[in-house]
Amino acid sequence: MAAGKGASSTPTELLVSLGRNQSTKTLLKVIILALIAAAAVASRLFSVIRFESIIHEFDPWFNFRATKYLVANGFYQFWDWFDDRTWHPLGRVTGGTLYPGLMVTSGVIYHLLRFLTVPVDIRNICVLLAPAFSGLTAYAAYLLTNEMTTSSSAGLLAAAFMGITPGYISRSVAGSYDNEAIAIFLLVFTFFLWIKALKLGSVLWGALCALFYGYMVASWGGYAFITCLVPLHAFVLICMGRFSMRLYVAYTTWYALGTLASMQIPFVGFLPVRTSEHMPALGIFGFLQLVAFLEYVRSAIPSRQFQTFLYVGLGGIFGVGLLGLVGLTAGGYIAPWSGRFYSLWDTGYAKIHIPIIASVSEHQPTAWPAFFFDLNMLIWLFPAGVYMCFQRLEDEHVFIIVYALFGSYFAGVMVRLMLTLTPVVCVAAAIAASQLLDAYLQYKSPEIVESKEEESADGTPKKASKQGSLRSTSQPVVGIYNVLSKAFIAGAMTLFLLIFVQHCTWVTSNAYSSPSVVLASRMPDGSQHIIDDYREAYQWLRQNTKEDAKIMSWWDYGYQIGGMADRPTLVDNNTWNNTHIATVGKAMSSREEVAYPIMRQHEVDYVLVVFGGLLGYSGDDINKFLWMVRIAEGIWPDEVKERDFFTPRGEYKVDAEASETMKNSLMYKMSYHNYASLFPPGQAQDRVRGARLPDQSPILNSLEEAYTSENWIIRIYKVKDLDNVGRDHAAAASFERGHKKKKAIKKRGPRVLRVE
Amino acid sequence: MAPKKPATAAGPASSSATSTSTSSTRQLDKIALNIVQHYQKTTPQRTKLLDTFMAFLVIVGGIQFAYCVLAGNYPFNAFLSGFSATVGQFVLTASLRIQTTEANKSEFPSVSPERSFV
Repeated sequence: MAAGKGASSTPTELLVSLGRNQSTKTLLKVIILALIAAAAVASRLFSVIRFESIIHEFDPWFNFRATKYLVANGFYQFWDWFDDRTWHPLGRVTGGTLYPGLMVTSGVIYHLLRFLTVPVDIRNICVLLAPAFSGLTAYAAYLLTNEMTTSSSAGLLAAAFMGITPGYISRSVAGSYDNEAIAIFLLVFTFFLWIKALKLGSVLWGALCALFYGYMVASWGGYAFITCLVPLHAFVLICMGRFSMRLYVAYTTWYALGTLASMQIPFVGFLPVRTSEHMPALGIFGFLQLVAFLEYVRSAIPSRQFQTFLYVGLGGIFGVGLLGLVGLTAGGYIAPWSGRFYSLWDTGYAKIHIPIIASVSEHQPTAWPAFFFDLNMLIWLFPAGVYMCFQRLEDEHVFIIVYALFGSYFAGVMVRLMLTLTPVVCVAAAIAASQLLDAYLQYKSPEIVESKEEESADGTPKKASKQGSLRSTSQPVVGIYNVLSKAFIAGAMTLFLLIFVQHCTWVTSNAYSSPSVVLASRMPDGSQHIIDDYREAYQWLRQNTKEDAKIMSWWDYGYQIGGMADRPTLVDNNTWNNTHIATVGKAMSSREEVAYPIMRQHEVDYVLVVFGGLLGYSGDDINKFLWMVRIAEGIWPDEVKERDFFTPRGEYKVDAEASETMKNSLMYKMSYHNYASLFPPGQAQDRVRGARLPDQSPILNSLEEAYTSENWIIRIYKVKDLDNVGRDHAAAASFERGHKKKKAIKKRGPRVLRVE
Repeated sequence: MAPKKPATAAGPASSSATSTSTSSTRQLDKIALNIVQHYQKTTPQRTKLLDTFMAFLVIVGGIQFAYCVLAGNYPFNAFLSGFSATVGQFVLTASLRIQTTEANKSEFPSVSPERSFV
């Protein structure tokens, strides 16, 4: 643009005429979209370049393991997969309790590439799946925005925003092989198809929408968002008096086919007809039949008669329907709203009733700065975009408004639901930004408008009075059509956009590109130092323990142990059995004498704890310990009490002032076992909690240290077998110690362990 | 055709409006009669064919539902698939009927009335 301005008129005209050409425009759009997709992929590759091609975090490790199983054993084996290497004694019906969309997608890509004779490792497909789909998401955002506005720049802006906004990158960097990786694309694309179906009233588009809805159901539990948003949109439209036959066709096609599709997933099964979350969709489906029938009747009879008919018919049917729903819910045929949904309405609900949900950090309410951190300038363009939607207020704009309302609410309640808000923010912000740019970037046409206006104004008697004054006063220096103001606004917008790009890159690079399996730190000379304790310890487990050695750890690490160490675990991130998790929590938070029988009963061979005290790694088990206590207390309120873990003054301490219960708990002992020996006397320090520890490390009797990683992040203990001569472990251990140091320990041994 | 119908039905409606609430059942009868008359007058023969099919679906679905209520939902899979097949078929046929109806021509400009019969 700037080059065109500066050059002589012929190249400018050439450029303008080229820009007006339809095929050139299409070509440009394709190129721009391809570039956006490339940028979206590229900005997600920080972690691969800095570290390596590795699966991140926790859940992706399970998905990766499941994908490997699918690729190795085929689809039907995968469908019927019973996994006896997790949730030891119980096992898990994995094939029926997961969303298979992600694994099947990567499996299909893998076989396709193999078929094309591209030799590729399944791990690399898994690592790069999320970035690849983010390119598609950008395209879907382009399509969705194009349905909202006639300005083609809005769609391109939305695609660019969607491609690089950190709110979406947070869940789709390379290696973050989670359901959200493909689900956000499906979410946006399903919404696009829904808008398309609604606009055209087409069965074909409705069926496509149902198809992608089915894919979405197969991929992510967040499909309930679509299940609730589409009926809500339909309901709002009906309430606005905008019922049309197009709405009927689109909605009923979507519902009839989409529900059938969703019930094909074993994990979902009968839920669409059995649970309250899905009832709005069913209710609106029935309601639409009624409204469509009424519409027909209205065209058939005079309005007076219609009114009577309406009161009698509608009132009766509504009453019967409501009674039926209440009756079915009371009778137990329809499950009431599940706990996870209550926690969306009442943010304190989960903390009281379901500690296992509240203990996950991404289920916490969102802090205000997070909105700006994840969306930057989009967050203030967002309301402006929604306002634009109010101005036009076609059916599709109502959708954006409804989506914006609900998305904002849910994003405020739960951190992870920022993800569902991001698409609508991008679309609305793009509408607002393109409105601004379209108005202010036009170089020529406003001048024509201006001169026309002046002419029309000059036609009025004002002309006479103006003639006498100077020419310069008649033309305002500052005004909307002035070049200066145009340049100012366009420049400001450009600046904002540039800052946005810079912010996104910075956030992605610093906050979202850490694999969290591998930690990075800086050496004093500025060079990067990789802390690789997790993989070191898992590798140790893989090489030095029996194939079926059961590992007990807190549930966070279950998937990683299964994926990286390939050993059976007691509990993992699937968290389907609260009691089993509470059992592990009880073992961790009890005295050794209580914990040992629990571990024997569950055939535990090794216990794994994460300890960050040496390195200052704050996500360790001592910091998660209170959740273990709370979850255990939920099942055994008499045996585990949260209060006992605090000092009399109510502080959570790990140093010499820690409560007796705390000091005797298995978790405390395992974390600090032998820790003081690292330091000179009197200087043992926990760098996470900033506490000075007593010189004497806690004594473990029923466990022995098997392995501690380089930076002490992971400590693995072996559960001792029963004593050969039938003593309990405390006696045996004190006898052992008595051999070496006679008096000192013998006096202490009973005092530490026998005091009740 | 829609404006023609109310004009003919306006006569009886205004006369019945004077009667008291006791004759509300009679009024409802009249409404039903009007609807039937309107239907028979304005519906093309071919659309009536579609309507017969839809009525058939309603009856089949009704029988299945009645069976579920009376005899229990034991093969729940079977009931669900049968019932949702009828409901789905019903709404899809209804969509087709809506799209091909002459009165909705403005909303579906690209759909030919012959779509269902090709």
